Amino acid sequence: MSPADHQPFQAGFDEIRKAAATRQRAFAEAPVPRIHIGMATCGIASGALETKAAFEQALARHGIDARIHTVGCIGHCYAEPFVIIDHPESGFPPIFYPEVNAGKANMLTKLFLAEGDPRFEHILGATEENDMIPWIGEFSRFNQEKRVVMEKCGHIDPEDIYEYIAAGGYETLPDMFRRSPKEIIQQINDAGLRGRGGAGFATGLKWELAADQPGDAKRVICNADEGDPGAYMDRTILESNPHQVLEGLIACAYAVGAHKAIIYVRAEYPLAVRTITKAIRQASELGLIGNDILGSSFDLDIEVFHGSGAFVCGEETALIRSIEGFRGMPRHRPPYPVERGLWGTPTVINNVKTLASVAPILKNGAAWYRKIGTDNSPGTAIFSIVGDVVHPGLIEIPMGVSLRTLIFDICGGIPNKKKFKAVQIGGPSGGCLPEEFLDTPIDFDSLTEAGAMMGSGGMVVMNEDTCTVDISRYFLDFTQKESCGKCTFCRIGTYHLLTILERITEGKGSPADLKNLAQLSQDIKNGSLCGLGKTAPNPVVTSLRYFKEDYEAHVSEKRCPGMMCRPLIAFYIDLEKCARGCDACVGCCPVEAVFTTRNRKKGIDQSLCVKCGECMVACPPEYDAVRKVSPPELAPIIERPAEPLKDEK
Amino acid sequence: MNFVLDAQEKSLLEQIKTKLPEIGNDRSKLIPVLQLIQAKLAYLPAEAIHVVAAHLDISPSEVYGVATFYNQFRFHPPGKNAVKVCLGTACHVKGGDIILENFERKLEIKEGETTADREFSVDRVACVGCCALAPVIVVGETVHGHMQPSKVEGLVLRARIEKEKQEREKQQK
Repeated sequence: MSPADHQPFQAGFDEIRKAAATRQRAFAEAPVPRIHIGMATCGIASGALETKAAFEQALARHGIDARIHTVGCIGHCYAEPFVIIDHPESGFPPIFYPEVNAGKANMLTKLFLAEGDPRFEHILGATEENDMIPWIGEFSRFNQEKRVVMEKCGHIDPEDIYEYIAAGGYETLPDMFRRSPKEIIQQINDAGLRGRGGAGFATGLKWELAADQPGDAKRVICNADEGDPGAYMDRTILESNPHQVLEGLIACAYAVGAHKAIIYVRAEYPLAVRTITKAIRQASELGLIGNDILGSSFDLDIEVFHGSGAFVCGEETALIRSIEGFRGMPRHRPPYPVERGLWGTPTVINNVKTLASVAPILKNGAAWYRKIGTDNSPGTAIFSIVGDVVHPGLIEIPMGVSLRTLIFDICGGIPNKKKFKAVQIGGPSGGCLPEEFLDTPIDFDSLTEAGAMMGSGGMVVMNEDTCTVDISRYFLDFTQKESCGKCTFCRIGTYHLLTILERITEGKGSPADLKNLAQLSQDIKNGSLCGLGKTAPNPVVTSLRYFKEDYEAHVSEKRCPGMMCRPLIAFYIDLEKCARGCDACVGCCPVEAVFTTRNRKKGIDQSLCVKCGECMVACPPEYDAVRKVSPPELAPIIERPAEPLKDEK
Repeated sequence: MNFVLDAQEKSLLEQIKTKLPEIGNDRSKLIPVLQLIQAKLAYLPAEAIHVVAAHLDISPSEVYGVATFYNQFRFHPPGKNAVKVCLGTACHVKGGDIILENFERKLEIKEGETTADREFSVDRVACVGCCALAPVIVVGETVHGHMQPSKVEGLVLRARIEKEKQEREKQQK
């Protein structure tokens, strides 16, 4: 290693790194069991706080000395709250336990930590290869991922900067300051990094455009205004590894020559706000943010702006308006924000995932990044996969992996032996793709070609019992509410699209409606200024293209094939199967629509029924008497007895 | 806007008023100020809108215009049991709207409203990020996963019984 004076800015950083390494060693070498608990929002929602409290109490009760280590989210939502117990004395490798509630925490403390029995029946796997317990790396849910952005998520404590540094964090800074901003931009360009916010604009080019602007009153903004229902990767990254985002933000600011940075994060993500604010404070205390970073004479202030929640603020110009204190309405471009952005200064806006990809590129080089993913879309993509899959959660895969691999291999396919029907990609701006597209490689261009969109990366898998018309209506309902109202076509057009869809899902549609949907969708795309309006009709356009038979069934037969549109379905009770005297469905009906017939079986009063499906759930499986039909006329009419029957004693 | 500020809310608003000068009065402070008020009062009463307008020297309609644009701001006080029904994509597919409808029917209010006794409020939220538990609701801070219409009834009933119990205990004292 060359001496520090030949390597400017290195000495200061090495000191910080040494402190981090010492702390890490103290933690890793302490001869006590370590309990890692995932404590991001999703973990907490599933009860991680109770799990942690239970461990603390149980450890105290048994007099065991152990470290509880709170980490972020590893993206395995189906397993929350998860716990990894590293108990070296027991002779077992670190073990991953899914769904650990307070009761399991008590049990594991007593039986594993105190008595050395790891309780095999509760184990998902070991986190290291070994001879005793299956290694999680052998499961497809774990080994097909390629983690670049989320590499450290779930392994480090997001509230402790030293853990990030000990894991190699902020390492790129001294080297970066030794290079010119131009070289940094060149490297990002060489890596071919494209913005992960949805549109996939070349990040290096964006930086270059801003760097070429005169003056040094420039700004960089990290866009963490995640508004897409069903996508939560930005939140997870901020909550699980905020420093990797900061490291990217510092690089971005250095490259474009900005001294002010803003992180625009939704106020609805209180934990993310808290974590990133704390991360900024810790980085400032170590001199990694602020004046004269590591003696490089580069200054950078980072502040956090609490976004108030408007989907349209994902659009750059709208986001800028909202920071300025106005309604978040987009404006015409050009001038682009890189020329004239926040308060008229050149502004670069990058998504959380984009910025989090920067540090790994600077560290491992552009060629390394190019090797991941495809030629036109290098790198990885993060998806939040929810809906009808066995193992939902956050998944980071190299670009170019097929949808089939993602849904069936990695996520375990569709539960309950149901058939795959469609996958909705990209949320309200994306589209519904049918089975034919399962072999489509996932990258920016092929998804756009198929009519969907990378978007924010929300992915909803739907089985055969899903109605694509209803899903389109759901997304239109969302975009219609979120339209800022600036462009007529977006404001009124989405409203009319929604009304037509509502009409169809109520069984009042006409064949002309289908034509109007297609035409209006085209008009909205043409007549809108920003991405919200331009992509809002996508769910309708794709479902009309790939699932036309769904629409036709609604319009001509008044039937909902997925049996989701409530005006088009009915529940009835099969009197052949219904058991005399069983009252399960009566008790659960929220509107008292279930009545007792003369022969003490049950019937459903169709005029009262709200079609919630509770009776179907409540009916004991051995009777399985509740039927769902569409169109509703198929339900046999069972008369309610004129007067209530008296209980026979 | 038929809710009247109680004494405690009034004094909180007065406190906020005294803090405003140090925040500054340029336009970019509008959203942070609204957020501050909502953090203290849990909603934006009409009185607060006027305070903000006077402080920033813009018209109250301008303040309303911005406040109503964003989803974060609410104009009704939340109930003691603030129910948020998740209507993210996963929850929608699994019947989140049925859950919302059940609350609306049971409490006889619409989403975004508060019951007259301020016990319950019902709101829809975009996504609470635990899609694996869909359909999900959040009451106060507690997340309830795998919701069912019958669970709605149970939740409402439990809250009401608990309130009655507390009142009875109060009377006995």
